[in-house]
Amino acid sequence: MVDLSEALLVVGAAFLLLASVGIVRMPDLFMRMQAATKASTLGVGFMILAAGVYFDDLTISIRVLLVTIFLFLTAPVAAHVIARSAYFVGAPLWEHTVIDELRGHYDRRTHVLHTDDEPTEDRDDLAATEARTPDDTPIES
Amino acid sequence: MTAGEFAAGSFVNNLVFAVLLVAMYLAFMRLVRGPTLPDRVVALELITTLTVGIIVVYTISSNQPVFLDAAIVVALVSFLGTVAFAQYVERRARDG
Repeated sequence: MVDLSEALLVVGAAFLLLASVGIVRMPDLFMRMQAATKASTLGVGFMILAAGVYFDDLTISIRVLLVTIFLFLTAPVAAHVIARSAYFVGAPLWEHTVIDELRGHYDRRTHVLHTDDEPTEDRDDLAATEARTPDDTPIES
Repeated sequence: MTAGEFAAGSFVNNLVFAVLLVAMYLAFMRLVRGPTLPDRVVALELITTLTVGIIVVYTISSNQPVFLDAAIVVALVSFLGTVAFAQYVERRARDG
Protein backbone atom coordinates (compact mmCIF):
# COMPACT_ATOMS: atom_id res chain seq x y z
CA MET A 1 0.00 0.00 0.00
CA VAL A 2 2.82 2.37 0.85
CA ASP A 3 4.51 1.74 -2.50
CA LEU A 4 1.28 2.42 -4.38
CA SER A 5 0.60 5.62 -2.50
CA GLU A 6 4.18 6.80 -3.07
CA ALA A 7 3.82 6.17 -6.80
CA LEU A 8 0.51 8.05 -6.87
CA LEU A 9 2.09 10.97 -5.00
CA VAL A 10 4.94 11.23 -7.49
CA VAL A 11 2.55 11.11 -10.47
CA GLY A 12 0.34 13.77 -8.90
CA ALA A 13 3.30 16.04 -8.17
CA ALA A 14 4.45 15.63 -11.77
CA PHE A 15 1.07 16.74 -13.09
CA LEU A 16 1.03 19.74 -10.75
CA LEU A 17 4.50 20.71 -11.97
CA LEU A 18 3.28 20.43 -15.57
CA ALA A 19 0.37 22.73 -14.72
CA SER A 20 2.77 25.32 -13.33
CA VAL A 21 5.08 25.09 -16.34
CA GLY A 22 2.00 25.54 -18.54
CA ILE A 23 0.87 28.63 -16.67
CA VAL A 24 4.28 30.21 -17.15
CA ARG A 25 5.00 29.17 -20.73
CA MET A 26 1.65 29.39 -22.53
CA PRO A 27 1.18 32.50 -24.69
CA ASP A 28 -2.29 33.76 -23.77
CA LEU A 29 -4.73 33.69 -20.88
CA PHE A 30 -7.08 31.04 -22.23
CA MET A 31 -4.30 28.57 -22.97
CA ARG A 32 -2.77 29.19 -19.55
CA MET A 33 -6.11 28.49 -17.95
CA GLN A 34 -6.48 25.33 -20.01
CA ALA A 35 -3.13 24.04 -18.76
CA ALA A 36 -3.62 25.12 -15.15
CA THR A 37 -7.16 23.85 -14.66
CA LYS A 38 -6.99 20.42 -16.24
CA ALA A 39 -3.52 19.32 -15.20
CA SER A 40 -3.84 20.62 -11.66
CA THR A 41 -7.21 18.92 -11.13
CA LEU A 42 -5.75 15.61 -12.29
CA GLY A 43 -2.64 16.09 -10.14
CA VAL A 44 -4.55 16.85 -6.96
CA GLY A 45 -6.90 13.98 -7.75
CA PHE A 46 -3.90 11.60 -7.84
CA MET A 47 -2.53 12.99 -4.58
CA ILE A 48 -5.80 12.67 -2.69
CA LEU A 49 -6.17 9.15 -4.04
CA ALA A 50 -2.70 8.47 -2.61
CA ALA A 51 -3.92 9.60 0.82
CA GLY A 52 -6.94 7.31 0.54
CA VAL A 53 -4.74 4.35 -0.43
CA TYR A 54 -2.25 5.08 2.35
CA PHE A 55 -4.65 5.34 5.28
CA ASP A 56 -6.92 2.49 4.14
CA ASP A 57 -9.78 3.45 6.45
CA LEU A 58 -13.48 3.85 5.62
CA THR A 59 -13.93 7.32 7.13
CA ILE A 60 -10.81 8.60 5.35
CA SER A 61 -11.99 7.03 2.10
CA ILE A 62 -15.32 8.84 2.37
CA ARG A 63 -13.52 12.11 3.00
CA VAL A 64 -11.20 11.47 0.04
CA LEU A 65 -14.20 10.73 -2.17
CA LEU A 66 -15.80 13.98 -1.00
CA VAL A 67 -12.76 16.09 -1.85
CA THR A 68 -12.41 14.41 -5.25
CA ILE A 69 -16.05 14.95 -6.20
CA PHE A 70 -15.90 18.53 -4.99
CA LEU A 71 -12.72 19.31 -6.94
CA PHE A 72 -13.98 17.72 -10.15
CA LEU A 73 -17.27 19.62 -9.88
CA THR A 74 -15.87 23.04 -9.03
CA ALA A 75 -12.73 23.28 -11.17
CA PRO A 76 -14.54 23.44 -14.54
CA VAL A 77 -17.13 25.87 -13.18
CA ALA A 78 -14.45 28.19 -11.82
CA ALA A 79 -12.49 28.03 -15.09
CA HIS A 80 -15.58 28.80 -17.13
CA VAL A 81 -16.49 31.78 -14.95
CA ILE A 82 -13.00 33.28 -15.22
CA ALA A 83 -12.84 32.66 -18.97
CA ARG A 84 -16.20 34.34 -19.47
CA SER A 85 -15.28 37.43 -17.52
CA ALA A 86 -11.85 37.59 -19.19
CA TYR A 87 -13.50 37.48 -22.60
CA PHE A 88 -15.71 40.40 -21.68
CA VAL A 89 -12.76 42.39 -20.36
CA GLY A 90 -11.13 41.76 -23.73
CA ALA A 91 -8.15 39.65 -22.73
CA PRO A 92 -5.84 39.59 -25.75
CA LEU A 93 -5.63 36.36 -27.76
CA TRP A 94 -2.39 34.88 -29.01
CA GLU A 95 -1.13 36.57 -32.17
CA HIS A 96 -1.25 33.30 -34.13
CA THR A 97 -4.79 32.42 -33.06
CA VAL A 98 -6.62 30.96 -36.05
CA ILE A 99 -10.27 31.52 -35.13
CA ASP A 100 -12.32 33.14 -32.38
CA GLU A 101 -15.68 31.45 -32.70
CA LEU A 102 -17.34 33.66 -30.09
CA ARG A 103 -16.52 36.82 -31.99
CA GLY A 104 -19.71 38.68 -32.85
CA HIS A 105 -21.95 36.35 -30.87
CA TYR A 106 -21.63 38.04 -27.50
CA ASP A 107 -23.37 41.29 -26.84
CA ARG A 108 -20.59 43.28 -25.19
CA ARG A 109 -22.93 45.58 -23.31
CA THR A 110 -25.69 43.31 -22.01
CA HIS A 111 -23.53 40.13 -21.91
CA VAL A 112 -26.18 38.12 -23.71
CA LEU A 113 -25.07 35.25 -25.96
CA HIS A 114 -26.74 35.26 -29.38
CA THR A 115 -26.77 31.83 -30.98
CA ASP A 116 -28.25 32.76 -34.34
CA ASP A 117 -26.40 31.55 -37.42
CA GLU A 118 -24.96 34.81 -38.76
CA PRO A 119 -22.35 36.48 -36.60
CA THR A 120 -22.53 40.18 -37.28
CA GLU A 121 -19.38 42.20 -36.88
CA ASP A 122 -21.22 45.27 -35.68
CA ARG A 123 -22.24 43.58 -32.43
CA ASP A 124 -18.90 44.66 -31.04
CA ASP A 125 -19.97 48.18 -31.77
CA LEU A 126 -21.78 49.84 -28.91
CA ALA A 127 -23.93 52.10 -31.05
CA ALA A 128 -25.22 49.18 -33.09
CA THR A 129 -26.01 47.29 -29.90
CA GLU A 130 -28.06 50.14 -28.54
CA ALA A 131 -29.99 50.43 -31.76
CA ARG A 132 -31.15 46.84 -31.39
CA THR A 133 -32.40 47.08 -27.81
CA PRO A 134 -36.19 47.06 -27.47
CA ASP A 135 -36.29 50.39 -25.61
CA ASP A 136 -34.85 52.28 -28.55
CA THR A 137 -37.03 50.81 -31.28
CA PRO A 138 -39.34 53.45 -32.62
CA ILE A 139 -43.04 52.78 -32.05
CA GLU A 140 -44.92 52.26 -35.30
CA SER A 141 -48.48 53.52 -35.86
CA MET B 1 10.78 2.73 -2.22
CA THR B 2 10.95 0.17 0.52
CA ALA B 3 7.81 -1.19 2.13
CA GLY B 4 6.92 0.10 5.56
CA GLU B 5 6.05 3.48 6.94
CA PHE B 6 6.14 6.53 4.75
CA ALA B 7 8.66 8.37 6.91
CA ALA B 8 8.70 12.13 7.13
CA GLY B 9 12.29 12.36 5.89
CA SER B 10 12.16 9.68 3.21
CA PHE B 11 13.36 10.24 -0.33
CA VAL B 12 9.93 10.24 -1.96
CA ASN B 13 8.58 12.66 0.63
CA ASN B 14 11.40 15.12 0.01
CA LEU B 15 11.12 14.70 -3.76
CA VAL B 16 7.39 15.42 -3.80
CA PHE B 17 7.78 18.43 -1.54
CA ALA B 18 10.61 19.80 -3.73
CA VAL B 19 8.57 19.35 -6.92
CA LEU B 20 5.58 21.09 -5.35
CA LEU B 21 7.81 23.92 -4.18
CA VAL B 22 9.15 24.47 -7.70
CA ALA B 23 5.58 24.40 -9.03
CA MET B 24 4.54 26.95 -6.40
CA TYR B 25 7.44 29.19 -7.42
CA LEU B 26 6.43 29.08 -11.10
CA ALA B 27 2.78 29.86 -10.29
CA PHE B 28 3.90 32.73 -8.09
CA MET B 29 5.95 34.10 -10.98
CA ARG B 30 2.79 34.25 -13.08
CA LEU B 31 0.97 35.90 -10.17
CA VAL B 32 3.57 38.66 -10.04
CA ARG B 33 4.07 39.08 -13.79
CA GLY B 34 0.60 38.29 -15.20
CA PRO B 35 -0.33 41.17 -17.49
CA THR B 36 -4.08 41.23 -16.76
CA LEU B 37 -6.21 40.68 -13.69
CA PRO B 38 -7.71 37.36 -14.91
CA ASP B 39 -4.15 36.03 -15.33
CA ARG B 40 -3.54 36.70 -11.66
CA VAL B 41 -6.83 35.08 -10.68
CA VAL B 42 -5.86 31.93 -12.57
CA ALA B 43 -2.43 31.91 -10.93
CA LEU B 44 -4.02 32.33 -7.50
CA GLU B 45 -6.34 29.41 -8.17
CA LEU B 46 -3.37 27.24 -9.15
CA ILE B 47 -1.55 28.28 -5.97
CA THR B 48 -4.47 27.20 -3.78
CA THR B 49 -4.64 23.90 -5.66
CA LEU B 50 -0.93 23.41 -4.97
CA THR B 51 -1.62 24.20 -1.32
CA VAL B 52 -4.19 21.41 -1.23
CA GLY B 53 -1.53 19.09 -2.69
CA ILE B 54 1.02 20.11 -0.05
CA ILE B 55 -1.52 19.58 2.73
CA VAL B 56 -2.24 16.08 1.42
CA VAL B 57 1.48 15.20 1.31
CA TYR B 58 1.91 16.52 4.83
CA THR B 59 -1.13 14.53 5.95
CA ILE B 60 0.52 11.35 4.72
CA SER B 61 4.01 12.07 6.00
CA SER B 62 2.84 13.12 9.47
CA ASN B 63 0.30 10.27 9.64
CA GLN B 64 -2.44 12.62 10.85
CA PRO B 65 -5.57 12.18 8.69
CA VAL B 66 -7.23 15.12 10.46
CA PHE B 67 -5.41 17.50 8.13
CA LEU B 68 -7.56 16.31 5.21
CA ASP B 69 -10.34 18.52 6.61
CA ALA B 70 -8.08 21.52 6.11
CA ALA B 71 -7.62 20.46 2.48
CA ILE B 72 -11.40 20.36 2.03
CA VAL B 73 -11.78 23.85 3.50
CA VAL B 74 -8.99 25.30 1.38
CA ALA B 75 -10.51 23.85 -1.80
CA LEU B 76 -13.91 25.30 -0.88
CA VAL B 77 -12.59 28.78 -0.11
CA SER B 78 -10.57 28.72 -3.34
CA PHE B 79 -13.69 28.03 -5.41
CA LEU B 80 -15.71 30.77 -3.72
CA GLY B 81 -12.84 33.23 -4.08
CA THR B 82 -12.47 32.49 -7.78
CA VAL B 83 -16.17 33.01 -8.46
CA ALA B 84 -16.15 36.25 -6.47
CA PHE B 85 -13.11 37.51 -8.39
CA ALA B 86 -14.78 36.68 -11.70
CA GLN B 87 -17.93 38.55 -10.69
CA TYR B 88 -15.80 41.52 -9.72
CA VAL B 89 -13.87 41.52 -13.01
CA GLU B 90 -17.07 41.28 -15.03
CA ARG B 91 -18.86 44.04 -13.12
CA ARG B 92 -15.84 46.30 -13.41
CA ALA B 93 -15.87 45.76 -17.19
CA ARG B 94 -19.58 46.55 -17.39
CA ASP B 95 -19.52 49.69 -15.30
CA GLY B 96 -16.48 50.94 -17.16
